[in-house]
Amino acid sequence: MSHRLSITKTPKCYVGGAFIRSESGRVTALHDASGTFFANIPQCTRKDLRNAVEAATKAGPGWAKRSAFNRGQILYRLAEMMEARAAELAEALTLNGASKADASREVAASIERVVHYAGWTDKYEQILGSVNPVASAHFNFTVTEPMGIIGVIAPDDSPLLALISLILPAITSGNCVVALASSPQPYPSILLGEMLTTSDLPGGVVNLLTGLRSEMLPTFATHEHLRALSGAVNAADRKTLKLGAAESVKRVHLLKAEEPIDWFADKRQGVEEIRTLIEFKTTWHPVGA
Amino acid sequence: MPAAKAPTSLRRLFDEIGTVDQIGIEERVAKFTTRSLKKKSKVFGLRLAVSMVDLTTLEGKDTPGKVASLCQKALRPHDVGDIPPTAAVCVYPAMVKHARKHVGGTQVKIASVATAFPSGQAPLKTRLAEVHAAVNDGADEIDMVINRGAFLSGEFGRMQDEIAAVVEACGTATLKVILEVSELETYDNIRAASFLAMRVIRPGDFIKTSTGKTSSNATLGNNQVMLEAIRDHFLATGIPISMKPAGGIRTAKQALHFLIAVKETLGDEWLNNRRYRFGASALLNDLVRQLEKERTGAYQAPWNFSEATEGY
Repeated sequence: MSHRLSITKTPKCYVGGAFIRSESGRVTALHDASGTFFANIPQCTRKDLRNAVEAATKAGPGWAKRSAFNRGQILYRLAEMMEARAAELAEALTLNGASKADASREVAASIERVVHYAGWTDKYEQILGSVNPVASAHFNFTVTEPMGIIGVIAPDDSPLLALISLILPAITSGNCVVALASSPQPYPSILLGEMLTTSDLPGGVVNLLTGLRSEMLPTFATHEHLRALSGAVNAADRKTLKLGAAESVKRVHLLKAEEPIDWFADKRQGVEEIRTLIEFKTTWHPVGA
Repeated sequence: MPAAKAPTSLRRLFDEIGTVDQIGIEERVAKFTTRSLKKKSKVFGLRLAVSMVDLTTLEGKDTPGKVASLCQKALRPHDVGDIPPTAAVCVYPAMVKHARKHVGGTQVKIASVATAFPSGQAPLKTRLAEVHAAVNDGADEIDMVINRGAFLSGEFGRMQDEIAAVVEACGTATLKVILEVSELETYDNIRAASFLAMRVIRPGDFIKTSTGKTSSNATLGNNQVMLEAIRDHFLATGIPISMKPAGGIRTAKQALHFLIAVKETLGDEWLNNRRYRFGASALLNDLVRQLEKERTGAYQAPWNFSEATEGY
């Protein structure tokens, strides 16, 4: 057994709880920082996006009906799965030349962010919901509801931390996500999919696509079933997304990718991020005068 | 086909009409799903499919109100664009008079299942009375089920006599003969039943795959066996028989695959709603959804097409 054939991995996208190649069959060759070929990454198309939305449609109602506590348990389980493969995640982050220390720091911050939102699942409702004083014989209260399917567009940099920071606030409240990973650094998203699949998160709640941002954005913008777009993109892409989103009246929550974003910062997590991706429902309930 | 084991009557029939090459059929239909339809042909196919739908509700919980909204949907499948009406609405006999109030006098026909649908397990007298009642209430088309028990026990004469009696009871109404393919077990039996039915029905009457009430319904394979039976019957006698797959066709993509099968087996003569129909309920929404996608360029959300989505 001195000589052994190498077993190379075919990276696949995590969609609907399954690992898929692009329906187009196209791939992009991924090279590491030294220019050595690493792997072929699926180059997804608008049809893959459509299929991912269909998968999210199936998974959505069930996920939203899970108890808040159960959603928290599942997110914590995701942190456990990532912790066990932290070294592999860190190695994936060094592909593009990041130092080992920086990579480990990003992985640690990502896992902590998952735990952070795992804690929020059964707490945001108390903070965002309210009982409202009204001048009539009504008990008036406001509760939150998930919006539905959220399109997430990750920036080029921080391919793990940024991606997961955008996904988590959406799924915490029962939304589903169709996310486009960093175009130049897609590999961490492939690994993340492999951890999501073992995390008890129902298939289809998070769908991760890889591919060219320029190809996919117009469909993210116009797909009527996506209820909100969340991401970090440049000025031209923001325009494309906002114009397309106006047609179907989507909520758009975009950070400026041309300015430095500190994904490690405390303000990149928390209840305000959850608030951007929920709907409020106010009920007037008659009571005896 | 294990011809030696088959009843004599069946063996004699197969000597005449030939048997089905199962592997051949499955290889053939697999090819239908590989055709590339570009935009213009796709829109043509989708619109054609809409005009071929028998929009169906066959549930114990059907009410006059539900039938009314079904009829409105059939007349005008979507509130924007110029999407054609469906071919027919398909309801239980008790609902025919309610459907008539809404689609009577329009191009949307009223089809009614009859003959103790879906099992057919009632005395012939009762079954014929049901057909008479539906026709008298204003049904334009009758969907009957064959006597599978008679077919499977080799009593072909009885099965054909019963179909002939229903033909007579229909009067001017079009007849659709449901073979219930899932209960016939083999492609050979489907071919045999198709021929037995086609020999006693009139030109323009239909043979139909299934009731939609059993585990397996219309598939490209079943559809192909029946299309080829229609083709062989037509070439031998010159009598054109129409075809209706029903049950299990839910997506626009499936419908286009079926239309490709029709086009490549029977040709353009069968690409209209007098010769080919889809028995379906969920299909119409997906067809309209894809047509809207082609019209607007944007993928559509299901809530625009009267679909329950639970907020998703």
